Amino acid sequence: MVLIPITQIKFTMKLYKIFFLFALALITSCSSDDDSTPVNELDGIIKVKEFTNDTHIIELYTSTGTTQQGYNEISLRIKDKTTNNYIQNATIEWMPMMHMTMMNHSCPYSTVEKETDKETLYKGYIVFQMPQNESEYWDLKIDYSINETNYTVTDVIDVPATEKRVVSSFMGTDNVRYIVALIDPKNPKVALNDMTVGVYKMENMMNFPVVNNYTLKIDPRMPSMGNHGSPNNLDLTQSASDEFYHGKVSLTMTGYWKINLQLLNASNEVLKGEVVTETTESSSIFFEIEF
Amino acid sequence: MLLISTVSWTQEQVKDSILPVNLSEVILIGKPTQVHQKQAKPLASLDEYLQQSGRIDMIKRGGYAWEPMINNMATERTIVTIDGMRIFGACTDKMDPVTSYVEISNLSEATISSGQEGSCHGPTIGGSLDLKRLRSTYSELGLSGSLSSGFEFNNKQRIIGGMVHYKDSSFYADANVTYRKADNYKAGNSQEIKYSQFQKWNASVISGYQFQNKLIEGSVIFDEANDVGYPALPMDISLARALITSFKYEVAPKSGLLNHWENKLYYNTITHFMDDSKRPNVPIRMDMPGWSDTYGYYSKGKTKKDKHHLLFNVNGFYNRSIAEMTMYPSDPDENAMFMYTWPDVRTLYNGIYLEDEIEFSCHNSLKINGSFGFHQNKVANEFGLESLQIFYPEMADQQNRFLKSISLQYKHQVKDWFFSVCSGYGERAPSVTEGYAFYIFNSFDLFDYIGNPNLSNEKSVEGNFDIRYKTEKIKTGITFSAFYLPDYIIGIPDDNLIPMTIGASGVKIYEQLSFANLIHSSFQCDYRFNDYYSWNTKLQYSYGKDAEKRNLPFISPLQYQSQIQYKKNRFQTELNVIGNATQTNYSPFYGENRTPDYAILNLSVGYTFKWYSQKLLVNAGVENLFDTYYSTFTDWNNIPRMGRNIYINLNFSL
Ligand SMILES: [Cu+2]
Ligand SMILES: [Cu+2]
Repeated sequence: MVLIPITQIKFTMKLYKIFFLFALALITSCSSDDDSTPVNELDGIIKVKEFTNDTHIIELYTSTGTTQQGYNEISLRIKDKTTNNYIQNATIEWMPMMHMTMMNHSCPYSTVEKETDKETLYKGYIVFQMPQNESEYWDLKIDYSINETNYTVTDVIDVPATEKRVVSSFMGTDNVRYIVALIDPKNPKVALNDMTVGVYKMENMMNFPVVNNYTLKIDPRMPSMGNHGSPNNLDLTQSASDEFYHGKVSLTMTGYWKINLQLLNASNEVLKGEVVTETTESSSIFFEIEF
Repeated sequence: MLLISTVSWTQEQVKDSILPVNLSEVILIGKPTQVHQKQAKPLASLDEYLQQSGRIDMIKRGGYAWEPMINNMATERTIVTIDGMRIFGACTDKMDPVTSYVEISNLSEATISSGQEGSCHGPTIGGSLDLKRLRSTYSELGLSGSLSSGFEFNNKQRIIGGMVHYKDSSFYADANVTYRKADNYKAGNSQEIKYSQFQKWNASVISGYQFQNKLIEGSVIFDEANDVGYPALPMDISLARALITSFKYEVAPKSGLLNHWENKLYYNTITHFMDDSKRPNVPIRMDMPGWSDTYGYYSKGKTKKDKHHLLFNVNGFYNRSIAEMTMYPSDPDENAMFMYTWPDVRTLYNGIYLEDEIEFSCHNSLKINGSFGFHQNKVANEFGLESLQIFYPEMADQQNRFLKSISLQYKHQVKDWFFSVCSGYGERAPSVTEGYAFYIFNSFDLFDYIGNPNLSNEKSVEGNFDIRYKTEKIKTGITFSAFYLPDYIIGIPDDNLIPMTIGASGVKIYEQLSFANLIHSSFQCDYRFNDYYSWNTKLQYSYGKDAEKRNLPFISPLQYQSQIQYKKNRFQTELNVIGNATQTNYSPFYGENRTPDYAILNLSVGYTFKWYSQKLLVNAGVENLFDTYYSTFTDWNNIPRMGRNIYINLNFSL
């Protein structure tokens, strides 16, 4: 009678997995490109695309190797075509633009700054509030100057729709159009997760500044399980250290969660979103998380 | 010569207490017994055997795996051991009490000790139940065996089993197999109780070798139940499997410090698959498997010096309990919903128990016993720890505590009268569920339960009082046990929390009440009219209230049992009435409702046929003769009990 306890099987499975990951890591690290730059410059980021003009190649990176609808943290570096060196002292500005059939508009985005602990990388974020479609697309114009000389490059950028809702654009009761974008949790866990959201308003087609001193109330629910909620969530408020809104979202199991939202202004008036009740299953603004 | 030493050996084991009356109650199960101790239904389940005790009530969630309560206290406040081994069920819904992983063919007897009397096997509050393995140290030399078979008409339960014993001067081995399979049972008025079927098979081997004054023994029990329904619960089990192993080394020194020294190493592993695949309409499909592995040891010694009878027991165990829940959304594209309901909790216990019984004279004695132990819980799973940190952000992965107990018992005998007074103090650690449950649904009060890692020890201050009177004709007695339980652990609703389970009415967190009180009392009287007729009556009554004066759940109303037996030569017959008065002190706060009174009548006959050395024992009977529809205060969600049941048990021994 040989009985292997299931737990033991699980343990060996885990060992296999660890071994497999280890092997994978070895293979990928061996086959990585033989660029002259220190390898750690590109740790954790994957190239999305290259923008090219007469003088430079501009490489765009994200953690996933893609850009998509919603909040995108983008790193970039500039390679001199003649010397093959990466520029370390550029000043960069960018401007994302959506070309729609009737009009053009931009979106919330940050400035582009040199990454503090990196030599060649610059970084910023862009919140694409809409996805591209067959006839409408996004492009990104990058203006940069190196030693007082100005350069520019513009190219199309791929913004497919996300499967889950991670950005929401809506009209508040104050007749202002707002955009909220989910930043964290990027890797949700069954835990009390740190939650970060960017909250912006649309001043005009081209300007989407951060709004200050608002509150974003959250109510995570599982629609496929009787719409149950979770305890000890912390509504999001703006932090002093960065411009984003921070709070805590508790997810009590894996699966599909709808994070119902309510946006409140500085005087605590609800601008958009409803309280979830027995009859109101969902707020009109929400994010989705599935893991 | 060797034979004689064996006999004296066993006698020493039996002769435990100094005064002829032992306060622990012993239920004989498979041990070769005298005729008058023969059971009316030998192939009854272990649960039915245990139910005969005046201290035990069984919580029933269906036809199988009843949960024993001692002094109206359930699993978390009691300890159940098999030959001193600790085992922990793997079900978050208590579908698998330890008693469900053994068969009557594995056992010779069950010893029920109340309160701190039971602390020899580990920290307890309500008491302990120790199940003794059946070994052929009692039987004759040579090879012997028996076959048994039974049938119960109500649920078509088929029972078949066999045993083989072998014994020579220094070696013994026993092996047995039992198989049971039952369909749904029918309550009174032929109402079928769906999902009450079960199927179980059990095999065990025990073997020992004696040399000089030493004994080594190995024991294995394998038990597997499949397709077990729990009509009172929303889920069933597809598999409940246990492997229970031990190795024992025993010495009976003829001189020196100790008279008897017993050492054991043991390991047991339990696999429990709970699912709802047989239920046609469920709000959401789910699987809730659980695992529990325990490694343990004890070293127990006895010695006698002048008036002192000393006993020590150093014991420890390491248990790992994991339970998961996976729910499957109706949309197949959606990810399954997964959580740990028991987050891989490791429990380590090491303790020492000491006992001294001082014999003042042959008529009175004083027993002092105490224990001290270290108890540690550790959440070994990061996922599970982070889950619980949703509720307790500051929670550490480890909780340590010390558990202490002490008790004092004075026994006195005057002619046919026997008195005992006992007082004690004990502590227990919270159970895995009480400390670490993560959304465990309780279908009794319809609440989701969350554990609380910050619970302190639950304490017990108890007083026991016992009077017995015994002559040739009459044997009667009253026992009375009162418990004052400071820091009583129980689930308290938290209105701020939303339940997870669809249809649940709220969330309860395990908290501690400042105290609770429990009283258990029983009366028993056996009267022998003559050599053939005897009459036996038992009464039981309990009381339980928490600090807010609310009734506690599962507290016994007046229960009675009375039977008349007729025995002559190889024939025996028995008529027996069992009933409850109305449960008036029920507990609406803890999800209970009023249980009406009931009474049922059982009838049985038995006859032993003999040819040379072969014996055929035939027992037949009717339970619940009038097909009464009823449920008792221990029936989960008022699930009705079995209606009229006719049974036949056959036992053929070679
Ligand atoms: Cu859920
Ligand atoms: Cu279960």
